[in-house]
Amino acid sequence: MTKRTLWMPLGQLVLALNSVVVLVPLLIMMLSAFKNTREIFQNAFGLPVVWRWENFTRVWVEAKFALYFRNSVVITLASIVVILVLGAMAGYALGRFRFGGNDLLYLYFLSGLMLPLRLGIIPLFILMRNLRLLDTPWALILTYAASGLPSAVFILTGFFRALPSDLDSAARIDGASEWLIYRRVMLPLVRPALIIVAVYNLIPIWNDFFFPLVFIHSDRLKTVPLGMTAFFGQYYTDWATLFAGLTLAALPVVALYVLLSQHFIRGLTAGALKG
Amino acid sequence: MPGSNRSAAGSGPRRAEAPPPSVALTRFARPRSRGLTRRGSQRLWLVIFLAPATALFALFTTYPIVSALVYSLYRWEGIGRRELVGLENFVRLFTTFPYSQLLLNAFWHNVVVFVVTMLAQNVVALGLALLLARGPWGAKVYRVIFFLPVTLSLIIVGFLWALFLNPVFGIVNQLLATLGLAALARPWLGDTHTALVTLTLVNAWRWLGFPTIVFLAGINAVPDEYLEAARLDGATEWQVTRHVVFPLLASAVTIIVLLTFIGSFNWFELPYIVQGVSGGPNRSTDVLGLFFYRMAFGEVDTGLQDIGVGSAIAVLMFILLVTVSVFAAGWLRRREVELA
Repeated sequence: MTKRTLWMPLGQLVLALNSVVVLVPLLIMMLSAFKNTREIFQNAFGLPVVWRWENFTRVWVEAKFALYFRNSVVITLASIVVILVLGAMAGYALGRFRFGGNDLLYLYFLSGLMLPLRLGIIPLFILMRNLRLLDTPWALILTYAASGLPSAVFILTGFFRALPSDLDSAARIDGASEWLIYRRVMLPLVRPALIIVAVYNLIPIWNDFFFPLVFIHSDRLKTVPLGMTAFFGQYYTDWATLFAGLTLAALPVVALYVLLSQHFIRGLTAGALKG
Repeated sequence: MPGSNRSAAGSGPRRAEAPPPSVALTRFARPRSRGLTRRGSQRLWLVIFLAPATALFALFTTYPIVSALVYSLYRWEGIGRRELVGLENFVRLFTTFPYSQLLLNAFWHNVVVFVVTMLAQNVVALGLALLLARGPWGAKVYRVIFFLPVTLSLIIVGFLWALFLNPVFGIVNQLLATLGLAALARPWLGDTHTALVTLTLVNAWRWLGFPTIVFLAGINAVPDEYLEAARLDGATEWQVTRHVVFPLLASAVTIIVLLTFIGSFNWFELPYIVQGVSGGPNRSTDVLGLFFYRMAFGEVDTGLQDIGVGSAIAVLMFILLVTVSVFAAGWLRRREVELA
C-alpha cells in the first residue's frame, strides 16, 4: 500500500501531462480564431487583445461554411436514417426468424466490417457515373448507407435475438400483422441499440473526406471536410481566418461530445469491444 | 452459432414441421383469411424485411470490391476497359519503372507508420490505461479528455498541425526556441528525414484515446478475485500486472494491433491533406493509399493514371488485409477457447 501511495503522484503527473498535450493545441486553435494574423505570429500563446468575432462571420458567409455545414447535415442525417431503417428491418429478420441461409446472410453482412470499401473505389466511381449519380448527394448517401449496414446488422441482430420470445408470440395470438409486431412491439424495445448504431456511424460519416473527394466536384455540394480543402487553398496566408474555420468545423462535434461523451466513447469503440 | 432463444422464438418454415407444442398452437391458431397461410406470408415478410438492406449492401459494397479484383485482370485506357490481360498489371507493377520503385517506397512507409504507431501510440495507451484502471482522482475526466481528439475529423487535425508545424510561424518551433532548444527547430514536415515520423505522431495524437479506452475496458474486465488472490500470495503490483493482467489483455491487444495494422495500411487522409497527393517532400510520405489514389484518378503533376495498375494495388492491399485479419481472428478464437 505504501508503494501505491508513493506511485500515485507520479501517475497523476503523467495523466495531467497527457491532458495538456491533448487540450493545449485545441485551446490555442480556439484562441487564435479570435486574433488577427499578425497577433497569431507575434503572440501565439497569449489571450487575444481584442476578441475578433468577425473572423467567424467571414468564415460562415464569405468562405461558405454555412453551405458546407448544410450539405454535411443533410447527407449525414439521410445516411443515418437509411442505415437505421434498413438495418433494423434486416436485424429483426435475422435475429427473430429461423430460416435457411440465416447464418450465411448474417456472415455476409458481417464481412463488410472487415473489408475497406475504399479499395473498391474505382468500380464504385464507374458505377456511380453509370447511374448518373456522380456529383450528387445520392452518391454519398448510398455509399455511407451501404457501408454502415454491417455494423447496424451486427448490433441490432444481437439485440433482437436477446429479446424474450413470448413478446411476439403474444402479439401473434392477438392476430397482429408481422409489420405491426415489428413496428409497435419489437422496434421500441431496441431503442438503446439504435442509439449505439447511430453514434457508431455518425462521426465517421460526418468526418469522411475520401468519398466526397472522389464523388463531389461542385462547390455547392461540398461537405465540411471537403470544403475545408478549398478554404485552405483560398486563405492560406490568412491564419486568423484559417483558425476560425478550424474552430468552427470542430465545434459541433466537440459540443456534442461534451454533452454525450459516454455514448460517444461506447459507440465509437463498439467495434473493438464486445457488447 | 444459433442462439438458444432465437430457436425458441423461431417461426420459420424449417421448424414448422415439428414445432414445440405451445408454439404450434399459436402459429396455426389463426390462419390468414386472405388465403395465404401463415407460413407463406411469413416468408413474404422475411423478403420484405431483408431485401432492401441486402440489395443496397450488395450493389454498393460487395459489387465494387469484387469488381476491383476483376478490373485488375484487364488493360485500361483512361476510364475505358479494354482486353483481358491476365496478370500483366501485376507483372508491370512489380517489375517496371516507375511502378516497382513507387510500390516498394510506399509499402516501406506503411511499415514505418505501423511500427511507429505501435510504439508511440499503443504502448503509451497501455501505460495510460494501467494508470486509469487504478481509479486515480479525476479518472472519469481524464477518460473524456483523452478520447476527445478521436472525434475530430482528420482534415481538421491535419490542417491544424500543419499550421503548428510551420517552420517560421508554427508554435512547435517557437516553443523549442522559448525552451532554449532552438537548435532542434526544423521544418518538420518539409524535411524528408522527419516528415513521415512527424505525420505519424500527429496521427497518434488524434488516435491515442482509442486504444486507451479499449485497454482500460480490458483491464477492468479482469475479475477482482484474480487480483486479490495474486496479492494474497504476496505478488507485487508489477507482478500482478505482468502475470495476471497482461495475459488476460491478449484479446484487447490483438484487436488493437489488428486495427492499427488496417489503419496504417489504409492511411490516406493525413498525408493527402498535409503533404499532397504525391506524398511530398520528394515522396518521403508516399504510402500505398496515395499511390493507389494516383493510379486510379491521376497524378496532378505527371498526369500518370493507370486503372489496371491501380486495381492491382487494391488487390494486393486487399489480400494483405484479409490474410492478417483472418489470422488475427483465428488467434483470438483460440485464445478465447483457452481461457474459457
